[in-house]
Amino acid sequence: MKTFHKGGVHPNDHKLNADAPAQILTYDGPLCIMVSQHLGAPSVPIVKRGDKVKRGQPLTENTAFVGSVVHAPVSGLIQNVSEAPDTGNFARPAIFIQPEGDESEDFIVDDPTLNREIRLSPGEIIERIKAMGIVGLGGACFPTHVKLSIPKDCKAEYLLINGVECEPFLIDDYRLMLDKPDEILVGIHILMKALSVQKAIIGIEANKPKAIALLKEKAAAYAGITVEALKMKYPQGAEKQLVKALTGREVPSGKLPVHAGCVIQNVGTCFAVYEAVQKHKPLTERLVTVTGPCVESPRNFWVKIGTPVSALVEACGGLPENTGKIVAGGPMMGKALPHLNLPVTKGLSALLLLPEEQAHRRAAEHCIRCGKCVEACPMGLEPYLLHAAVRNQRMDLCERHHITDCIECGCCQYTCPSFRPLLDTLRLGKSKVNQIIRNRNTPHQ
Amino acid sequence: MTTLLYAVLLLAATGLIAAVVLYFIAMKFKVEEDPRIDLVVERLPGANCGACGKAGCRDLAKAFVESQGEPAIVCPVCSNEEWAAVAELLGLHADTCEVKIPVVRCQGGRLNSIRQTTYEGFESCAYAHSLHAGENGCGYGCLGLGDCTRACSFHCLSMNPKTGLPEVNEAACTACGACAKACPRGIIELRYKHAHEGRIYVGCHTEDKGALAMKHCLSACIGCGKCARTCPANAIKVENNLAYIDFTRCSHCGACVDVCPKHAIVSTQPSEPASSN
Amino acid sequence: MPAEQSVSPKMIVSGSPHIHGPESVSKIMWGVVIALLPALAVSIYYFGLPALRTVLVSTATCVALEWLIQRFLFKKPGSLQDGSAVITGLLLAFNLPATLPWWMTVIGATAAIGLAKMAYGGLGNNPFNPALVGRVFLLISFPVAMTTWPQPQPMFGTAPAGQPAVEIGAATELAADALTGPTPLGVIKEGLQQGLTIDESLKSLGLSPVEMLTGQRAGSLGEVSVLAILLGGLFLLWRRIITWHIPAAFLGSAFVFAAILHAAAPQAFPPPGFSLLSGGIMLGAFFMATDMVTSPMTPWGKIIFGLGCGLLTILIRNFGAYPEGVSFAILIMNAFVPLINRGFKPKRYGC
Repeated sequence: MKTFHKGGVHPNDHKLNADAPAQILTYDGPLCIMVSQHLGAPSVPIVKRGDKVKRGQPLTENTAFVGSVVHAPVSGLIQNVSEAPDTGNFARPAIFIQPEGDESEDFIVDDPTLNREIRLSPGEIIERIKAMGIVGLGGACFPTHVKLSIPKDCKAEYLLINGVECEPFLIDDYRLMLDKPDEILVGIHILMKALSVQKAIIGIEANKPKAIALLKEKAAAYAGITVEALKMKYPQGAEKQLVKALTGREVPSGKLPVHAGCVIQNVGTCFAVYEAVQKHKPLTERLVTVTGPCVESPRNFWVKIGTPVSALVEACGGLPENTGKIVAGGPMMGKALPHLNLPVTKGLSALLLLPEEQAHRRAAEHCIRCGKCVEACPMGLEPYLLHAAVRNQRMDLCERHHITDCIECGCCQYTCPSFRPLLDTLRLGKSKVNQIIRNRNTPHQ
Repeated sequence: MTTLLYAVLLLAATGLIAAVVLYFIAMKFKVEEDPRIDLVVERLPGANCGACGKAGCRDLAKAFVESQGEPAIVCPVCSNEEWAAVAELLGLHADTCEVKIPVVRCQGGRLNSIRQTTYEGFESCAYAHSLHAGENGCGYGCLGLGDCTRACSFHCLSMNPKTGLPEVNEAACTACGACAKACPRGIIELRYKHAHEGRIYVGCHTEDKGALAMKHCLSACIGCGKCARTCPANAIKVENNLAYIDFTRCSHCGACVDVCPKHAIVSTQPSEPASSN
Repeated sequence: MPAEQSVSPKMIVSGSPHIHGPESVSKIMWGVVIALLPALAVSIYYFGLPALRTVLVSTATCVALEWLIQRFLFKKPGSLQDGSAVITGLLLAFNLPATLPWWMTVIGATAAIGLAKMAYGGLGNNPFNPALVGRVFLLISFPVAMTTWPQPQPMFGTAPAGQPAVEIGAATELAADALTGPTPLGVIKEGLQQGLTIDESLKSLGLSPVEMLTGQRAGSLGEVSVLAILLGGLFLLWRRIITWHIPAAFLGSAFVFAAILHAAAPQAFPPPGFSLLSGGIMLGAFFMATDMVTSPMTPWGKIIFGLGCGLLTILIRNFGAYPEGVSFAILIMNAFVPLINRGFKPKRYGC
């Protein structure tokens, strides 16, 4: 079985209640749509208070190529265009919609039958994906149309599909692969056409044998798509590690996967692409895992973007009394939320409720120079060294030891027997060094 | 006896050769430098804090010696008298600068902020700022993790454990401005010291709307504008829901302090205690 | 958003990752202590109560001194529960003759913890292995007592026959009732000085390989039983506290170098098998050289470190003044660790 070779850790996978069917979350209250739900230039709202919107109507406008838009998940009345807290509790622009009536944009096709025939040309596909607000649903929310626009000096040879789901606890991609295998495969074909590549490989970790078997069986009917079972290892779902595991290539330092001839898309994105291209549906709902060691019934929900996170927790039996931390995403790379009074965004793959005893950081002890962080780092960095350099404000040392290569996977901190905040410092150092590099590269006046 | 002689001669010869080699190397790498630079450096604080805008004290000394008395080269850390003495040494004109001191424009901390979360992890404001708005949800206030105290080369900033806010030791502070640069939220500002009148400033930095700011903090500026209307010197402006007192125009009347409904305006006591009775 | 103020308990916010692996410093350290137990049991079996006394004195001194320094000099909450002081105490005792007077053990432990560990700032900051510094300190200060080795006297059964059990004058007051004698390496060294060949020395030693393995020979308290040390070493490997690189490189290079010397002059250099089974090389390779704090980080660095240790050990044994060279070899290589860490970086992804 294939995998990547350098570093990595093996956390317990905790796929709780993975075989529970996905549930559709019904929520009638007002929705709160964050204006910018993607990585890149912020969008601007194009609706105002009092406007009536139809389901699927765009609410914002792009300001730059690396940008994306959001759409109304329901028909209703714009209550307000103001601010709402984001995952870091900073106030950010948001649009509030009071659901009303049941009007949809005419172009949306609600017929659920599978449509395998791809009518659009590559350019039209990318334009449609952009218009439907598709972003990478693995968590980073990078606009998909940007990823599909290959730089002139590169050539895409492989489309790699990320069904790895190496983060513990998460089961949303797994559920999607079991429930919508054909849609995902058509989505992959659409992406292959847009990129004009002949080969697509779906990578799935070995702890999901059902998904592997099902997709292998279905993929036989689609030309050029193969399914590869991968040995379990975190962070296999990271782009660079997935490229190594599936193709044996390495992405050059400081470059993008496309420089190694690979474009990577998450299975969730493939499904969204199918919906956008074949059914002309904007991205207004997604599958979210609600899980945690103390959650009554962990499961997946189909939920509309803009639904309060608290509604998801309620549907799962309420917030367990001993909850100490709410994590948006997986436990290795997710973000700790300040409270439940936040809206669901496109990038929310899971809600992980950790009991208090697992939520606390343990006090850091002396570094015993065991080298476990060096062993665990999938990028071949030396976290202990970078940690010390950041603490001593030695950004020159950080740069020389390639802190900018860090993918923030957290393996170093996960494995450190002294509980040192390695990733905290590395992340800080990385942002400072990036800032220094940017300043250096911008000419002074 | 000969052994002894050989040893002595050998060592002496080695020493001689080394001396000659060193002499030539020293000649080769000799750098001509104005000797007055060393004189100036001796009188500078030597903290290399960078407050003057130069790369350290030696750089400032070099610039000053070579400046032929141009204005605007001044060590803000030295007192005006000290700097005048340096200038006199070189026979140059000394520029002066008004003595400044950092003020912390946040009164949240432990006492006034309404905490919603608890932060755990690396003790760094810059990192915590990249992660979240703060334990009380205020994205503008002091995070209390002490980046400013670590940035101070003169060790005159410390976190007050009771309030959870940084405090400036006025006597030791040299107004180098390192703390203001270290704060990821720009809460610290250098203002005229006004040792006799004390300083009056808005002890809040939030640009959130009043209703939201009140949820975060008991002493948040809500941008009501009362202070601006009261100020006889017309020194107060309200922008982005936040009042700001222009310290170059403030007349220290203290009227704004009394009208602020949130007690967000701070008036420091004069450094020299007023004689009691 | 519905005005639903979170009345729930205050949530914790921190950066990812939000879970932690099973390892911790104290687990690692107590794992090492467990791995040392078989060798400890064997040494008590062979050397009796004096061995137990030395171990207890050494460990107690190390722990007490670390506590005192933490409490009164560093003025920080102690870090005793991590067990590193216990390991230093045990390893120091393992490197001493069982019958060493207790006050010498105390001096050694003081040097180990005070000089080699806490003076550098405590756990994680010391460049040299504390236990070895303690041992070398004693060896230089008290050369006679440190080379007066008791002969093993199994608790159940009789002393091994055929060994030259001699009472050495200087040691009689130290170990009144114990028979003392030279270590196998000492016999070889002395034999060579008296003009005997290796074969003759080995014959006079009269140790079978089985006896060498189980530990029926004179030597430091914890080094005698190769089997018990191997058992502990396997435990460390299984628990992933150590990796194979250092022991394999150490023992491998020592074996190869000894084999080359032996092949070149069979009567001047002992056979490689003997070299591996005698002295403290096994203890050194599995427990002393693998100390995390004082060994390199990367696999290649570890291999270089192990190679250096093996070469230096054989070099010191055969060409140096001392019959045994493991401690010096490891300490010398400890000094090279920063350099090795600089030179042997992990291979980065994508370059």
